[in-house]
Amino acid sequence: MSRTGPTTLPDPSLTGRQGQAGSARRPDLPLLRTEELMLNMGPQHPATHGVLKMVLDLEGERIVKATPVMGFLHRGVEKLAEHGTYHQFIPHTDRLDYICAMYNNFAYVRAVEKLIDLKVPPRADYLRTIVAETQRIIGHLFWLGTQALDIGAMTVFFYTFRDREILLDWFNELCGARLTTSWYRIGGVERDFTPELIAKLSKFIDDFPAKIDECNLLLEKNRIWLARTQGIAVISAEDALSFGLSGPTLRGSGVDYDLRKYEPYAAYGDVEWSVPVGRNGDTYDRYWIRIEEMRESCKIVRQCLERLPDGPYLADAPTVVLPSKDKVFTTLESMIIQFKLFTQGFKTPEGEIYCGTEAHKGELGFYIVSDGSGHPYRLKIRSPSFIHLGAFDHMARGYMIADIITIFGTYDIVMGECDR
Amino acid sequence: MNGVRSVAERLRQRFPQEIVAVTEFRGDVTVTVRKPALLPVGRFLKEEPDLAFDYIVHVSSVDYPTQPERFEVVYEVYSIRHRRRIRFKTRVSETDGAVDSLSSVWHGANFMEREVYDMMGIRFHGHPDLRRILMPDEYDEGFPLRKDFPLQGKGWRDTFEFLEPPASPAVPSTPTAKDAA
Amino acid sequence: MTGERFTGEAGLVTLTLEQAVNWARKGSLWPLSFGLACCAIEMMTAVSSRYDIDRYGAGVFRASPRQADLMIVSGTVCRRMAPFIRKVYDQMPEPRYVISMGSCATSGNIYDSYSVVQGVDRFIPVDIYVPGCPPTPEALFDGILKLQEKIMRQRVFGAKTVTAAPGEVPGEIR
Repeated sequence: MSRTGPTTLPDPSLTGRQGQAGSARRPDLPLLRTEELMLNMGPQHPATHGVLKMVLDLEGERIVKATPVMGFLHRGVEKLAEHGTYHQFIPHTDRLDYICAMYNNFAYVRAVEKLIDLKVPPRADYLRTIVAETQRIIGHLFWLGTQALDIGAMTVFFYTFRDREILLDWFNELCGARLTTSWYRIGGVERDFTPELIAKLSKFIDDFPAKIDECNLLLEKNRIWLARTQGIAVISAEDALSFGLSGPTLRGSGVDYDLRKYEPYAAYGDVEWSVPVGRNGDTYDRYWIRIEEMRESCKIVRQCLERLPDGPYLADAPTVVLPSKDKVFTTLESMIIQFKLFTQGFKTPEGEIYCGTEAHKGELGFYIVSDGSGHPYRLKIRSPSFIHLGAFDHMARGYMIADIITIFGTYDIVMGECDR
Repeated sequence: MNGVRSVAERLRQRFPQEIVAVTEFRGDVTVTVRKPALLPVGRFLKEEPDLAFDYIVHVSSVDYPTQPERFEVVYEVYSIRHRRRIRFKTRVSETDGAVDSLSSVWHGANFMEREVYDMMGIRFHGHPDLRRILMPDEYDEGFPLRKDFPLQGKGWRDTFEFLEPPASPAVPSTPTAKDAA
Repeated sequence: MTGERFTGEAGLVTLTLEQAVNWARKGSLWPLSFGLACCAIEMMTAVSSRYDIDRYGAGVFRASPRQADLMIVSGTVCRRMAPFIRKVYDQMPEPRYVISMGSCATSGNIYDSYSVVQGVDRFIPVDIYVPGCPPTPEALFDGILKLQEKIMRQRVFGAKTVTAAPGEVPGEIR
């Protein structure tokens, strides 16, 4: 589809660089005929983070309109939830935002615990916080690697993946899987830390800030990086809130909304840390926020490790919490509980709740409607990536094709979470 | 949360006939409104300065097939300034099947309402671009999240009309297992 | 090690042309960058410095299917994505190989729902299946090594590619 006709003056209401000097029409030159081009990007494309199709209306290289087309990874997870028990849904949550899988587990088990009003023991809170923040670190490292790779800084990709491997090995030792982990349980966590795990994590946390500096050194004041990220994909605070943006995408515009501070949960209220907030709402600010968040995560983990309380790591609620495996294989009572929990689920009160958690992309929330049975009647996942794509068109107008890739990265979109 | 209860009271005062019920469960306050009041309530929550619910959290739908007003459309919004959230919802029957769109109040409702339409079949008056979002535009088997829609679907996932009927069966270009050494 | 020890004084290697072609093909598999879901992350990790897929010759990921000979279908295959996967597969020139990486691509995994194809082999032929959710990069390498063995067994010359006698399958390489 193309529209022919005389060229129009650049529309000053478009955001971006379109209105700057140098792009205005010279009066001594004759009017040129231009056509608007519709370009399809994806769903198979090396730079779209996952299977996302973008239909771009272009005028030259400038984007007039960007329409995201999603649903290529829609797996029907919300309907699958209605056919299984609450425990059975935990592995599904891993595969939502697969970059930092355990944060999705965390968000989900928090929602179920709110529904059934179950309190977890303090040690479980601290263990959960520690692992959640290490997941935030690997999520941001992955983001940094891929954003830098998309913009062209390939070295950073290798550095961040190298650092990520240390933590992935740690997760492997903790719960048996690198990527899709399912270590959180309703009522606590699946197993405790061993002294070796604590020692390894402490060493990593001590060494990690230097590694952040190593990556940052390559990018922070790099002329190319600054040219590619400053002033790109600017969004105002009011628009960001109206679109429902959250996480670093919102905090880049100056709004300090972070659920860990606004509605503290787990151990976040007990430790000292701060929320980095940007000013200009552009890509560079969001990059800076994520770098700082990695440093803050190190602080949180260090403090949690120092203050780790003793005690059980699972709540004492036999009607809800899965018994430990050694008891299942040796005592009849535990075997029966295990059987009932997996075949029928546990009874929940009737009602509906929403529980939001600050995942590394933004606010990940679960809206659960319960009819009293062991299966969720309706489980809705409030996924930040889906909502961020709603603002994509608004953010991308007026920029160039090469900036599209930067905008994907700064939104940090993961299609598993977007399409569910 | 007392702050949110006062919001519910404000709503009752402002819309006395339209508020059907106010419930509270685990600290979440939910206000059920009549369908025509959905848009005015949404605007009021956003624009009233001491309410200022400027952040849209989610838009969802629930299906109660045994009830006469089958669908429930749920909106949840948050106020950054006052640090409180509220949920408001309305019911719509299958024959009617449409509510007003709140995408003029919160831009984020645009994609979220499209998803509700795609998954549950509820239409939104005044939505700028109401079409399917997660399923393809030409998907005609129905609305997947309805309770009467089977989990495995109705056969779309197993039909591949884009494959040309082969003149000969498709084979891989490398030896199959039976010719392997 | 000197040439004389294996091959005599002249420093020659003897092998069939077919073995030479297969050796070249297996050592220079160019994958298409085709990540769908979580398995794509493990595929990217296989590219990174710790696992280094490049030592198998498979490190040159091509963006265009015209230049690729290996398609690693990594992630859940949704029915909506299926026509594009098929189109990309058709655009690859022969010899082309397909690795189905992960349980979702192999069989649909835990997603027995209305929109997920229960295995990518329902519409494209697959050479190697790598199970796992997700398979670790080492498992992916196991799959690539098995594919390399399969390539070495491939008949290059003397294969029937034109018409087939009744009862025979055309294009089948014997």
